[in-house]
Amino acid sequence: MAQAAIELIGINKSFGAVRANRDINLEIVRGTIHGIVGENGAGKSTLMSILYGFYQADSGEIRVGGQPASIKTPNDAIALGIGMVHQHFMLVDNFSVLENVILGAESDALLKKSIAKARSELERLEREYGLEVDPDAIIEELPVGLQQRVEILKALYRGAEILILDEPTGVLTPAEADHLFRILKQLKEQGKTVVLITHKLREIMAITDTVSVMRQGTMVATRETKKTTVEELAELMVGRRVLLRVEKGEAEAGGVKLAVKNLTVKDSRGVTMVDDVSFDLRAGEIVGIAGVAGNGQSELLEAISGIRHAVSGSVMLDGRPIDLTGKADPGELRDRGLAHVPEDRHHVGLVLAFEENENSILGYHDDPRYLKGPLLNIEAIRNDAKDKITKYDIRPADCRLKTANFSGGNQQKIVLAREMEQDPGVLIVGQPTRGVDVGAIEFIHKRLIAMRDQGKAVLVVSVELDEIRSLSDRILVMFAGRIVGERGPEATEGELGLLMAGVEQREAAE
Amino acid sequence: MSTPYAKLPAWADYGLIPVINLFVAFVVAGFVVLLVGENPFRAAVILVEGAFGRGTGIAFTLFYATTFIFSGLSVAVAAHCGLFNIGGEGQGYIAGLGIGVVCLAFDSVLPWWLTFPLAIIASAAMGALWALIPAYLQAKRGSHIVITTIMFNFIAASVMVYALVGFLKPASSMAPQTRTFLDGAQLPKLNWVIELFGAKIRSAPLNISFLLALVMAYLVWLLIWRTRLGYEMRTYGHSSKAARYAGISEIRIVIIAMMISGALAGMMALNPTMGDQHNVALDFVSGAGFVGIAVALMGRLHPVGIVLAAILFGMLYQGGAELAFEMPAISRDMIVIIQGLVILFAGALEHMFRPYIQALFASISPKAVGIEAVKGKGA
Repeated sequence: MAQAAIELIGINKSFGAVRANRDINLEIVRGTIHGIVGENGAGKSTLMSILYGFYQADSGEIRVGGQPASIKTPNDAIALGIGMVHQHFMLVDNFSVLENVILGAESDALLKKSIAKARSELERLEREYGLEVDPDAIIEELPVGLQQRVEILKALYRGAEILILDEPTGVLTPAEADHLFRILKQLKEQGKTVVLITHKLREIMAITDTVSVMRQGTMVATRETKKTTVEELAELMVGRRVLLRVEKGEAEAGGVKLAVKNLTVKDSRGVTMVDDVSFDLRAGEIVGIAGVAGNGQSELLEAISGIRHAVSGSVMLDGRPIDLTGKADPGELRDRGLAHVPEDRHHVGLVLAFEENENSILGYHDDPRYLKGPLLNIEAIRNDAKDKITKYDIRPADCRLKTANFSGGNQQKIVLAREMEQDPGVLIVGQPTRGVDVGAIEFIHKRLIAMRDQGKAVLVVSVELDEIRSLSDRILVMFAGRIVGERGPEATEGELGLLMAGVEQREAAE
Repeated sequence: MSTPYAKLPAWADYGLIPVINLFVAFVVAGFVVLLVGENPFRAAVILVEGAFGRGTGIAFTLFYATTFIFSGLSVAVAAHCGLFNIGGEGQGYIAGLGIGVVCLAFDSVLPWWLTFPLAIIASAAMGALWALIPAYLQAKRGSHIVITTIMFNFIAASVMVYALVGFLKPASSMAPQTRTFLDGAQLPKLNWVIELFGAKIRSAPLNISFLLALVMAYLVWLLIWRTRLGYEMRTYGHSSKAARYAGISEIRIVIIAMMISGALAGMMALNPTMGDQHNVALDFVSGAGFVGIAVALMGRLHPVGIVLAAILFGMLYQGGAELAFEMPAISRDMIVIIQGLVILFAGALEHMFRPYIQALFASISPKAVGIEAVKGKGA
């Protein structure tokens, strides 16, 4: 019988009122790929952070290779052969690959010797696992897929036998994700143990041997992947049946609400991010913009919502132009019925240090409903927040709780509730379900479709192809700042994937 | 993950932890006293008795605290908007110019209760104006507010020297200060309040501007947590991107916040000039603007905390003066060391003892840190 690489016995961990992990028991078999799925806030990340030494469990035992282990810091975890690849990469952007790999693990006081040693070690790792990266490339010049590879190399360089990957495919194209899975399989063949944390069930089915499901801080089930189905896992995660693809009727597109013409946007360095983009958004339809992250979608959204300066082109909202000089007042656009759910809810859409009710008026704090003479009408604001909490099922249902203490899915619901409840004519949404759990995804998708059915115009930008295909009535694909194609919702993933990778365009150019 | 620290009950968070920090600061200060060969226990007794032992001591403590409340509030208002105003010293100093002009012009014709509001307006306006230029440079040009405000402290000092050896000085006088204000610009003392409690006061400068400071503390609370402007300031202070998204103008909010901050700093000049010396003299601010930074940090940028921290610093000033007098081995500089230690432990190392206290609370009573609360509050 295979030996356990890691055993977790009776792990408990609380943050204030939240019991993030309760009585978790988990055994991860050596040489397997073990998936851990669960909704956001189910406690996956907390559990892995305990294993990696970021947090200390309140009680419980960790055994590594059969031996009881005390993991107080990430260094303890590394010494025990546990490596972690974080969702947000921990790389120094202006260092080379080699420098990043040895950072913190320099073998010698003189850098030159360490680098030479690392170079030969890196070559060996590359040969063994097919992890090709140019060791002298600068991180910021590498695509994200390769940056992630550097993170994996970092862990292996430190002698990791057990590799934990936290939501590794969030930033990858389908092709890059496939490549990652090939690498993971190779690692497994070499006897390494891989723990994959994800909320994407398809990935679990494709690559793992065993899968454990977490819900509300408890481990609800462990299954052999071969013997389970996506439907069963989804039900275990959420605790009830979920629709993985939201049902929706035909769109009844009306008049043009938002007309974008020849829009060109440059970033602060003068690089063209949005290149001559034109499209119409009609009432009663959802237009999805697909594309790999960083191909100008963010800048497009910001320009339309008046936050970012555009070089040329025009955007008409209900036939009246939007000021694209970067001096537009987003408050005025809100009054004109343009609501915006930004991609980055942590820094833009929300103030994490605020109480929930304070965030529920962000951008609408001028509304007379929330004011009482010169003062804020605290009572009205809180009652309003409570209504939204009930209506959008935001948990915990405490409008005085600090926003940072809500899970990602609930934070997103706070933003969506705020923007949707203003009854806007046009709703533009960036990454509606990034870092959001399955149950909440279903809820958010249903809401967006309900908006459409009420005759609102909805623009969705997402890097999740599934989401784009499930929501959109029309799909626009962005690559390198341009719209390289328009497809209907029936377009296949392969077709869109090729467009996203810029393949079709390149062929046309040749 | 969002909060690595479990929640403590409010009384422990806002009461117990500051007290422990303060205690440790005094223990370390005690060792310093020991080092210069004095008895730390006797020194502590002299310090506390000097500050609170007699009516006169209390009045002096509150007199010092008055200035610190203003300067602490000034720092806090800017800090809530993400701005570090270290120009309180200069804004307070230049406000003396406004006060001087108003008092010299009206002290012979108006009673104090008419001069006082005029002087309040003049001091606030001068302070706000002095903060306006750095604020504008920050908002429009991105010149860092820390650099510009500190440079404006030097400019204020030079302007005041120019004014005090020039037009503010009586022609016949050799001293760089205004003439003594007449009754019409002298603020009434508040010593009788302390005497109501049976304490005796010989002569102490505690005056009505202490009440103004308390009113301002309340207004600042109202501004920050109960007005739209305060909401916008806090939004900008936490995240300029979120503020942009919410349609809050960066230029407008930076300028307004700094002008309010400058106005509060300006008002601190009322206490030493109209309340105590009855003139405007060279260097009358004497560092109170900088103490405000420590007061604001220690008071956790909350008006209640600032009032308490200001009283603590008032105590260190008053008790420290007594201590320097009673124990010649302990100089004024030693007092500064003690103040520094208080700032270090209460401000910079604020979270040092927190994890231990949390562990203690969790082991004594899990309920106190809210572990059982999830069922009731959740879903």
